[in-house]
Formats: sequence, C-alpha cells, structure tokens
Amino acid sequence: MKNSLLHRLAQAAIVLTGVVMMIFVMLRIVPGNPIETMMGEHADAATVARMTAEMGLDQPLHIQFFRYVSSAIRGDFGTSYSLGKPVSQLMGSAFINTLMLALSAALFAWTVGIGCGILSAVHKNRLPDRIFMGFSLLGISLPVFMAAMFLQYIFAFRLQWLPLSGTESWKSFILPGIALGWNSAGQVAQITRTALLETLQEDYIDTARAKGRGPIGVLTRHALRNAMLPVITMMAIQFSGLLSGAVITETVFSINGIGRLMVQGISGRDIPLLQGTALLATAIVILGSLAADCLYSVLDPRIRVKGE
Amino acid sequence: MILTRRKQAEQAMDIALQSQIGEEERFGDLMRRMARENKTAVISFFIIILMILAAAAAPLLTPYGENEMDLMHRLSAPSAEHLLGTDEGGRDVLTRLLYGARVSLLIGVVPALLSLILGAVLGVIAGYRGGIADAVIMRLADVTLAFPSMLLAMVIMYALGGGILNVFLTLTLVNWANVSRVVRAQTLQLKNSEFAEAARITGVSGGKIMRRHILPNCLPTLLVLFTLNIPASILTESSLSFLGLGIQPPNASWGLMINTGRQYLYNAPWLCFAPGAAIMLTVLGFNFLGNGLLDVLDPRQKKQ
Repeated sequence: MKNSLLHRLAQAAIVLTGVVMMIFVMLRIVPGNPIETMMGEHADAATVARMTAEMGLDQPLHIQFFRYVSSAIRGDFGTSYSLGKPVSQLMGSAFINTLMLALSAALFAWTVGIGCGILSAVHKNRLPDRIFMGFSLLGISLPVFMAAMFLQYIFAFRLQWLPLSGTESWKSFILPGIALGWNSAGQVAQITRTALLETLQEDYIDTARAKGRGPIGVLTRHALRNAMLPVITMMAIQFSGLLSGAVITETVFSINGIGRLMVQGISGRDIPLLQGTALLATAIVILGSLAADCLYSVLDPRIRVKGE
Repeated sequence: MILTRRKQAEQAMDIALQSQIGEEERFGDLMRRMARENKTAVISFFIIILMILAAAAAPLLTPYGENEMDLMHRLSAPSAEHLLGTDEGGRDVLTRLLYGARVSLLIGVVPALLSLILGAVLGVIAGYRGGIADAVIMRLADVTLAFPSMLLAMVIMYALGGGILNVFLTLTLVNWANVSRVVRAQTLQLKNSEFAEAARITGVSGGKIMRRHILPNCLPTLLVLFTLNIPASILTESSLSFLGLGIQPPNASWGLMINTGRQYLYNAPWLCFAPGAAIMLTVLGFNFLGNGLLDVLDPRQKKQ
C-alpha cells in the first residue's frame, strides 16, 4: 500500500512537472514580445529593452523556466502585466469564489445525482428510471453555458427569484452551482445506478434478505454502503474538475474566480496571469485524482490487502 | 468534460482488452444487431444524417443569404417569415443556424478524425515498439490528459490565435491522448496473438505488421472513439467560441452565434437558445450513437 502510494505520488510529480513545462513552452511560442504588447505601439525601444531585461525575458528559455519554477515553489508566480498585482495575490482572492462555486455545484450534483441514481436502480427499467436516466443523458449533453444562460434567463430575469450575477450573498451561488453541477449530477446518477444494480446482485444481499431484513434495511445497511465506493472516488475526481472547470459558469454569472482570471489573462495577453491560473487549475486536477486513488484504497479493504 | 472523457476511455479500454470482438460476429452483423436492439441509436443516426443533409442543402432550404442584413427587422421575434427570428443585424437565425451547422459539423468531424489518426499511430508505435518510444509517448499522453480539456484548449488557442484551422489543430492536440492509450492497450494484446506471431516468423517487418495486422483489428474500437470524439469536439469548440477564443466572424459556428447573441439574452433569447438547442441535439445524437456502438461492441454488455 505504501509502495503503490509512493509510486502514485512520484507519478503525479512527473505529470505536474510535465504540465508546467508544457504550459511554459506553449506560452513562449506566442509570436511577439509580451512587453511590446503590454506597452502598446508607442513604447520606445530603450524602455522595452529595459523592461525585458528586468523581467528576465531576454534570458534563454531553460533559465527562464528554472527561475519560474523556483519562485513558483516559494509561492511567487510573478506580477500580472494587465492588473499590475502579484499573481499569487489575485489567485488567492479568486480562489475563494471558485471554491464557493465548486462547493455549491458539488452539493447540488451529489445530492441530486445520488438520489436519482438510487431511485433509478430501485425502479430499474420502470418509469422513474427512464425519466431520471433521460435527464442524466440530457445533463451530460447540455453545454454548461446553455444550462447557465437558461437558468439565468428563467429564474433570475423572468421570475426574479435569484440574483442575476455577482457574489454578494449565498443566494448568488444557487444558479451558478446548479449550472456547473448539472453535468456532474448526470454522471453521479449514472454511476450510482450502475454500482447499486451490481451490488444488488451480490450473494450477501440475498443473505441479508434471507435473514429477514426489509427492503429499506437491505438498501441502506448492505447495498448502499458497498455501492458508494466507486461513487465516492468519482466525487473526489469531480470536485477537482468542478474547481478547474468553472471558466464558463464564472463568465456567465460574473463571478470573480480563477476561471475569469484565466480569461482575463488571455484577453489581456497577460502571460504570468494565464500561466499561474492554468498551473493552479491543472495542479488541482492532478491532486484531486491522487486524492481519489488514496481514498479508494482507504475505503476498499480488498485493495489494501492486495497492495500489502 | 474531463470525466466523460475518462469514462469513455475506460470503457473503450475494456473493449480493447477483450479484443476478441471481431471473432464471433462480423462487423456488419454487429451493426444489424444494433439496429434491432437499440432504437435510440438508430433514431440518432437518422437525425445526424438529416442534419448533415440540411447543412449541405442550406441554400436550397432558405430564401435568405448567410450574411443578408435587414436593418428594418432587427431582433424580430420568431414569426412565419423568420421561423427562428432575426439577429442584431436583421439576419435570419434559421439561415445562420443551417450555415453554422456546416462549420460546427466540420469542427466535430475533422479534429475527431485527425486525433484518431494521430492517436492510433502513436498508440500502435508505443504498444508495439515498447521501450523508450512507449515511455515518451505515454508520458506525453499522461500530461495531456492531466489538463482539463477546456483549459488545455484555451492555452493552445491562446498560443495559436483564433480561426478555424487553429481550432482543428487545438482539438486534435486535446483529443489524441485518449485514443493513443486505448490503441496501445489493444496493440499490447494483439502483438502476442497467433497471427502477429505467424507474420513475424515469415519475416514480415514490424511496420507492416502494425499497418496490416494490428491497426485493422483496432478498427471497431476506433469507430467508437471517433463517434464519441465528435460531440466532445463540438462541445469544446462551442465553449471556446462562447468565450470568443474559437471561430472568428464572419464564419458562423453555433458557439459563436451564442457568443454574439448573449448580449441580447434578455430581449431576444432565441438568439442564444436556437443554436444552443442545435448543439444539444447534435451532441445528444452522437452520444446516443456512440453509446449504441459501445453497447454492441462491449462483450460485457452482452451478458446483461
């Protein structure tokens, strides 16, 4: 178990390094000097040269890379060209908003997804199953921006039940949470249904029934506890996906989060900002899947024994 | 998005690992079986065909031109003359939708095909040659898959700039890794099969074995991946265009139509919802079809 964990950690470290390199190289192949872009057409050559040297952009690529990595490890991601503040500071305040958004999306996705999945499995191939599974397919095929704009139009604009945008109160997070969580709810519902159906065919379920447990007891005490395993692992991965996949939702609902910072980084041709946000989002995903693996081996005793 | 990709890859991997698909039933029989058993897949297939025909025959289906402005009738609501209303330039939304279908379908198909080719070639090399080639290709695939696909697409689009060719390239770079992993797994199996062994003994070169014996056996899996990569590409492009990073005007993709229509969401909601519905229908169609193929090809499903 310890060995496989170490192995996974090493693997995650390699992938993370690869990701940093890839982002770094991709952003450096953009034609044009970023300083010139930043200062506009009328900048004089001497100032551009001085600024370029100041930011270390005249150094060879590998030196720039090592400089970036060593300061990034210390939490310094450089200064944003377009906003003039340290990237780490900008990301810090944006992260709270994104975290709130991801939490509300997860809350929606998991309660609705698990609920629908259980109901579907219990009523397999009957009407509720068909309705819920139809919905979950719809959820998977619905682009996030459509869900977001649709909700915004109906509940914020037409019915005026909830705020249109912003982050002022907890109510502001309801619609974005549903929009972002919609997709994941569909996935959770499907995986819950499959896992529960598989578990319900196990011998120990028959044993429990034979011992005289009622249907609800069998479901909650025996079937669900075992069926939740893949669901929980998936949830761990999903949460990191929600954190990093909020670009569209944040744009539609004007939430100042990591995703919007990234869009700002792109539209402002602001390499430090884009680099920092892309790195943060990808790191979250990698750590999320690492956490999911660990969680799985902690939750499933069979894997623990095998690994030892 | 990342999750669906992961799930699909896992499922496709399962097919790959049980590579005896072709043995009991021929491909044509499988398709016939799908047509019998999975009505949704069949309906989806016809919806897709219908959509392709409509996109191709766009000039015949509508009296308006793609960029024909009519400033007297800006933002008019759906009516008998304009079935889906008009946009901020007085252009007929249905017409733009039909022409947009050309771009959006192209964006679904071309990158799916390109990433299939790239992924299959790299995957078969990694699986067959092993060693350093395998290690390098698979680490590259790992790094690519570690990015959330939307984020990777955004960074690449930033580096390349907008435009349809760059969208093709970006989506190819985003989607190849899944394919290569699946093909690699299948190659590892086929490499030691009797027919590959026989070919090796008779002196057939490695390259020829890969081309002639291994890749053809991966075709059913590749077909599933192709069908499922199309909606993924369409969704990613529409999200990119929604953020203004994808297709540039005057080309009209559905995502771009939504992007421009967004400013008028409150007084002319059809500008967003019509192309949105088109995207959904197409994505749903390809997903149903892909899942239908997956069901037919996945031996696990037969038992149930």
